[in-house]
Amino acid sequence: MDFILIAVAVLGAIGLIAALVLYVCSKKFAVYEDPRIAQVTEQLPGANCGGCGFAGCGGLADALVKGADAGSIDGLKCPVGGAEVMGKVADLLGMAIANGEPMVAVVRCNGNCEVRPKIAEYSGLRTCAAMNSCGAGETACGFGCLGCGDCVAACQFDAIHMNPETGLPEVDEEKCTSCGACVKACPRHIIELRKKGPKGRRVFVSCVNKDKGPVAMKACKSACIGCGKCEKECKFGAITVEGNVSYIDFNKCRLCKKCVEACPTKAIHAVNFPAPKPKPEIPESPVKPETQESPANNQRKEEQA
Amino acid sequence: MNVRTFRIGGVHPEENKLTHEVATKVAALPKQAIFPLSQHIGAPAKPVVAKGDKVKVGTMIAEAGGFVSAPIFSSVSGTVFKIDTAIDATGYRKPVIIINVEGDEWEESIDRSDKLETVEAHPELTPEEIVNRIKAAGVVGMGGACFPTFIKLCPPPTAKAECVIINAVECEPYITADFRLMMEHADEILIGLELLMKGAKVTTGYIGIETNKMPAIELLTKKCAEKFGSSAYHVEVVPLAQRYPQGGEKQLVDAVIRRQVPAPPAIPVNVGAIVQNVGTAYAVYEAVMKNKPLFERYTTVTGKRLQNPGNFLVRMGTPMKDLIEACGGMPEGDNKLLAGGPMMGKALTSVEVPICKGTNSVTIISGEEAFRKEPNPCIRCAKCVSACPMGLEPYLLAKLAAVKNWERAEHEEVVSCIECGSCQFTCPAHRPLLDNIRQAKSTVMGIIRARAAAAQKK
Repeated sequence: MDFILIAVAVLGAIGLIAALVLYVCSKKFAVYEDPRIAQVTEQLPGANCGGCGFAGCGGLADALVKGADAGSIDGLKCPVGGAEVMGKVADLLGMAIANGEPMVAVVRCNGNCEVRPKIAEYSGLRTCAAMNSCGAGETACGFGCLGCGDCVAACQFDAIHMNPETGLPEVDEEKCTSCGACVKACPRHIIELRKKGPKGRRVFVSCVNKDKGPVAMKACKSACIGCGKCEKECKFGAITVEGNVSYIDFNKCRLCKKCVEACPTKAIHAVNFPAPKPKPEIPESPVKPETQESPANNQRKEEQA
Repeated sequence: MNVRTFRIGGVHPEENKLTHEVATKVAALPKQAIFPLSQHIGAPAKPVVAKGDKVKVGTMIAEAGGFVSAPIFSSVSGTVFKIDTAIDATGYRKPVIIINVEGDEWEESIDRSDKLETVEAHPELTPEEIVNRIKAAGVVGMGGACFPTFIKLCPPPTAKAECVIINAVECEPYITADFRLMMEHADEILIGLELLMKGAKVTTGYIGIETNKMPAIELLTKKCAEKFGSSAYHVEVVPLAQRYPQGGEKQLVDAVIRRQVPAPPAIPVNVGAIVQNVGTAYAVYEAVMKNKPLFERYTTVTGKRLQNPGNFLVRMGTPMKDLIEACGGMPEGDNKLLAGGPMMGKALTSVEVPICKGTNSVTIISGEEAFRKEPNPCIRCAKCVSACPMGLEPYLLAKLAAVKNWERAEHEEVVSCIECGSCQFTCPAHRPLLDNIRQAKSTVMGIIRARAAAAQKK
């Protein structure tokens, strides 16, 4: 009987001492973590994509809480969750946020297989980074898309794909979260995050070639040649030509599309605009398109003959 | 004959030295010469001429752009056409000076006679004076890396030079420019070596030559005995077994003086050796004794399908196109144009690229050989591990690069890779090992630099 009692007493004593030690330690060495961090982390998408600039969602949550304590969470933003998530987070922290415009990744190269001919065959490792370090790539343009899809591999949201016909990547606007992973992956810095624009309408220069006009033109027929016509055309001062390449500031652009028409190489693209524009032209001058087409047709016929 | 070689790794590619017996020809002057401002390691040179300026052969057209940099001299006489951009050996358009050639008028200060000037006859040549003249003449390493020569002669205070090793290994297949230079200018090379030894304040010199160049070994051994036999200098011609990449600095130091250069940032002088290419020794002779800046070099133009491959004394700035024409023109069909040899050469996309200070060869690989074979899965045979002269594990580094594990790649010493390509050459599965490793190396070096910069800020 004794021996059961001793066992119970000894074990009980050990348990008691251990509990005491644990209690003291947990009080003494406690690390205070703001409960709000966990709450904020819960609101964030949890993809840990790094689009915000932190290693993961936890990092952003930590920064947001610290920012809230310091009085401002400006500049901290989850590009994936967008305004909705940031609104919830701001409510949680009792802060107001400047409603950031939605952004989207834009590929600024329109050198498809037709306008930008291949001049060499690359048979090394097929990644853009490797090809970029070997030279200009398979075309004569030292600035344009290399077409190996490093951006596609970097996208965690399946929002960017290579178009086999053009050899260029295309962004799925619905899926793009503007996390910026593709921007970082592109060794030629072709992809840029731009304002999505009302109804997704935006105007941008789809070229980053800094070579002088004739050189750029030789490499790619639809390269920006830095002629400056668009700059003159723009009434809002949104366009600057620097280093032989034009750039449209999306904060100043009012989507008038004057520059699109002015561009001699069709390097400026306007996307998601409704198509009816040519319609009013047709009733006004129904002859025009025909006359434009007919000489070409005749020529073709002559050639065939 | 006691034949030495380096200790670990190495491969033996087919030699294909097609132009061993072809005597050097003087290449015709180009119509237009192109001078890239970045022909050396370090800061690009700064142009000192403007459009329309008249220049002579040997006129400085660009000055050194920093401490680690070198001036550039015109190799032709004529008018500066423009300062523009053009494709250079990097494959990108870079700033260049373009000169329209008119006649062939040399700067009067250059001694164009064939008279051999000896060091004994010029007591004014102190070590400092030699280094200054080398610096002023824009001499850089002629083996391909193009590191400014004068810096190598002034080692950091933590290291002490003990010997000069002349790199006459020429282990790359196809290239024969150094061999022809040795056969045709042995005396000048030995005086160049004497100047290098005097400049570096050492009395020991070695000339490392692979045994596939027996005539050069015999000739230089004989000349060395005649010249240095009774002098204060100890110079030895070291025959080396044929093994690639013996011409790599670290491999050569190991082969010749049996010392191993530690991992970067250590350089050969940390173990007492200053390694200079045989072409550099010749350039040093011309710069110091003949007052002739570096504007021409020996270059091999070669390829199995080229009609008349040959060795040329070329004015720098000559487009490769001109040299290929002189050899019978570009062969029909698919060709791969390389600046350098097939192992370490750089593939180019334009024949307009000019010959620069470091272009030791223009190699044209034709037909099937121009393409890589389809890569297969790694079979873990570890041939790449035995081939690596730096004792690295190429299959692992390539894998780490593919999964972007830069931390581990740094831990596995990826920065020690000398990019010799032995791993890729030996891989039976034709895997693009070096392509991957290069990515890891450049990324890890970037990380290390960024870390150092951040540490300096603190």
